[in-house]
Amino acid sequence: MAIVKTSSKAAAVNPLKMSQPLGASYAFLGMNHCMPVMHGSQGCTSFGLVLLVRHFREAIPLQTTAMNETTTILGGYENLEKAILNIRERAKPDLIAICSTGLTETKGDDVKGHLELIRQKHPEVRDTALVCVSTPDFVGAFQDGWAKAVTAFVDALIETPPGHDRIQTQINVLPGCHLTPGDLEELREIIMAFGLTPIILPDVSGSLDGHMSDAFSPTTLGGTTLAQAHAMSASAHTLAIGEQMRPCAEALEKKSSVPFTVLPRLTGLAPNDALMTELMRISGVTVPEKYRRQRSQLLDAMLDAHFFIGGKRIVIGAEPDLLFSLAMTMTELGAKITGAVTTTQSPLLASVPAEEVLIGDLEDLEKLAEGCDLIMTHSHGRPASERLGVPLHRVGMPLFDRLGAGNRVTIGYRGTRDFLFEVGNLFLAHPHENTPQTWALPASTLTALATAATAAIHAGNGHD
Amino acid sequence: MSTLTSKIQVVFEEPACGKNLSKSEKERKKGCTKQLAPGAAAGGCAFDGAKIALQPITDVAHLVHGPIACEGNSWDNRHALSSGSATYRTGFTTDINELDVVYGGEKRLYKAVKEIIEKYNPPAVFVYQTCVTALIGDDIEAVCKAAAKKFGKPVIPVNSPGFAGVKNLGNKLGGEALLDYVIGTQEPEYTTPYDINIIGEYNLSGELWQVKPLLDAMGVRVLACLSGDAKYREVAYSHRARAAMMVCSKAMINIARKMEERYQIPYFEGSFYGIGDMSDSLREIARLLVMRGAPDDILARTEKLIAAEEARAWASIEPYKARLKGKKVLLITGGVKSWSVVAALQEAGMEIVGTSVKKSTKEDKARIKEIMGDEAHMLDDMRPREMYQMLKDARADIMLSGGRSQFVALKAKMPWLDINQERHHAYAGYAGMVKLIEEIDKTISNPVWEQVRSKAPWE
Repeated sequence: MAIVKTSSKAAAVNPLKMSQPLGASYAFLGMNHCMPVMHGSQGCTSFGLVLLVRHFREAIPLQTTAMNETTTILGGYENLEKAILNIRERAKPDLIAICSTGLTETKGDDVKGHLELIRQKHPEVRDTALVCVSTPDFVGAFQDGWAKAVTAFVDALIETPPGHDRIQTQINVLPGCHLTPGDLEELREIIMAFGLTPIILPDVSGSLDGHMSDAFSPTTLGGTTLAQAHAMSASAHTLAIGEQMRPCAEALEKKSSVPFTVLPRLTGLAPNDALMTELMRISGVTVPEKYRRQRSQLLDAMLDAHFFIGGKRIVIGAEPDLLFSLAMTMTELGAKITGAVTTTQSPLLASVPAEEVLIGDLEDLEKLAEGCDLIMTHSHGRPASERLGVPLHRVGMPLFDRLGAGNRVTIGYRGTRDFLFEVGNLFLAHPHENTPQTWALPASTLTALATAATAAIHAGNGHD
Repeated sequence: MSTLTSKIQVVFEEPACGKNLSKSEKERKKGCTKQLAPGAAAGGCAFDGAKIALQPITDVAHLVHGPIACEGNSWDNRHALSSGSATYRTGFTTDINELDVVYGGEKRLYKAVKEIIEKYNPPAVFVYQTCVTALIGDDIEAVCKAAAKKFGKPVIPVNSPGFAGVKNLGNKLGGEALLDYVIGTQEPEYTTPYDINIIGEYNLSGELWQVKPLLDAMGVRVLACLSGDAKYREVAYSHRARAAMMVCSKAMINIARKMEERYQIPYFEGSFYGIGDMSDSLREIARLLVMRGAPDDILARTEKLIAAEEARAWASIEPYKARLKGKKVLLITGGVKSWSVVAALQEAGMEIVGTSVKKSTKEDKARIKEIMGDEAHMLDDMRPREMYQMLKDARADIMLSGGRSQFVALKAKMPWLDINQERHHAYAGYAGMVKLIEEIDKTISNPVWEQVRSKAPWE
């Protein structure tokens, strides 16, 4: 059980955290033919855009209502109206998804009310779905923005009552933002192996998996379609991945009576056994041979890796769900989490296997990392890793100095196996070779020795 | 009128800006910020602009007063290099929360400055205003004044909240902060008749270092660069320079013009991009210094240097001519670069099938015509879809542009090269232009293009 503390500093130094609207926009990107919009000044969008482009190395559709000083004070209705009309005209998306920002929340724009007025005033806009979510920058973090956005989709898009009878082979997946497009591909494959058809909301594996398409599109290309989202009320079950998705799964259950299970993580042996058990229960199908084989491969990998991971002191800086997943997996291989820093509150934090979890920044992490064996955090951890001479394993977002950030897979038996190898390899690449000085005697012993010698001389003198 | 509004008016009334001068009195009052179209806008905000302009000052702590988005989503995302301190790459922000929004964030800001000075002891702290803290009325000027007095260190307010306007306006507001609080506050140990300032150069990917050896060879000392690889004290004593060069078109024109007004430092506008332009800039620097009383032997020295370096550059480009002959280039960039690299590309045998003029001034356009003739394809506002089609139809062999349109080219399976601020290669000076040609050749001749364009066997 960890004690959860919040940093008491006035200045955050080297932020670990990213803002809610960015998390919400990332969720929007998992919807097909969608144009995400930040209702704020154009810098809000521009910074988020640059960050996502650097991470995914993909074109990112992300628009802005381009608020300025005057429009902020007078209210953002007109800018919202213009933005929606402009986007509908130029990009013809199925869905325009809007998140607020610190600026428009401070002013107190009623975006929901504005959208209602816009729908009334412009009946032609009815051909485009509009979804909005409140995400002030000065509350919460990336993960919270993602979860709120997905809940907003559930509120706005799920059809109730369902258009037809419950489909026993269809299940909903509500993935947390710590799952990469690669993770979602893997999860879909696992679920389908049980004869089930998953609807993933949102599905960034459709839009941000880094693929070539034959046409140019100003909106997202791939992701959850509106029809799929509507149909979620007819599913047999919902799997929520990560504690962050619990409120969303609850909202879905409330709206459509689809029961749900929260799987806090999908990296590690036990959580994947739990996933298999759950899928077996829902589908009535026994675990396919492929995954029995992969499980046994993971066992072997754990045996190989424990030599290198066991006993290591690791510090982790990541959002709550990712932090929990990494810390648990590493602890299960015998490592000790000597420092844990995160971005926002979560009921999960108390269960992180560390003495203390600090809601703080990378300066805090760097302090905790002194004398540790490995740092795990996003790419901004590089300078700290260099200063301390401790290897860095990059996790989360942004990863701007690595290729294939969106395609990394760390879930499932196979993903866990590869993850353990990657971490183990870092230790192999940074071995602590012994030198003649490794076992040099400490100063205390040497002083004791020197004092003894002097005493002996004095004693000898006395004898004379 | 608030200080910010009056500051913006001051920046808008820029007598040295040709575009501004050609406007009517009424138009000029409206300012030069185009009304942004909601839902169809791209680009950074005024805060972004101010940060871009000032962050290259390396030994200063840059503290962003606002919610996490402004710094948390953007820190350390440019490649302005430093030859010394790395403090400028540390992300500092007050990361204000809901309570600060309700009760005001001034106390947190003051404490943040205190913490930073205690822990990092920088020669100065720059405090950046953002939208939310501006909206709730946090008076950063007052906090900075109090903190400076208390801690005995310059604490500089940079009042350029994002919603004030676009990036370019932010560049200028950042410049105003230097003029108001930094420039002229210290004295250099010594001066020489060869001291210059370089204004508007950010040392991205180390481009200043492609130029500095040339200046060294001329015997010219860069007293201060605003702001690439600069130290705080260099900016503070930059008012003792004999002459100045203004790079990057209009981004910091207010600094150049006001330093001329206040300290009689003459300046010219020049470019480090392109062989001819590089030479012209060196000549102009020498000429201005002589005009200010430097011994005129520098003129001959400069000519010798130019002759030697130009010959070396052209000789290095020669081997690429055969390989690049007839290759069609689409140039999507802004301002000066829309013409300054053209000569070198043409010299290497390439053909420019289009150049964007969206951010170019009237003079820029005149230069394009001069270099490329009347049939020059000036593209005003090319939408990504049109760019994609042009590349897909193979009306160009390579696109040179900023990161924003990178994927338009790559998804059309067309070679692309980054020539804007996010790039990792340095393209300034003679060495830079050779590097550019080399990179174009490397990109175009990569075997990957043939492979990605070939159909799958079942198609």
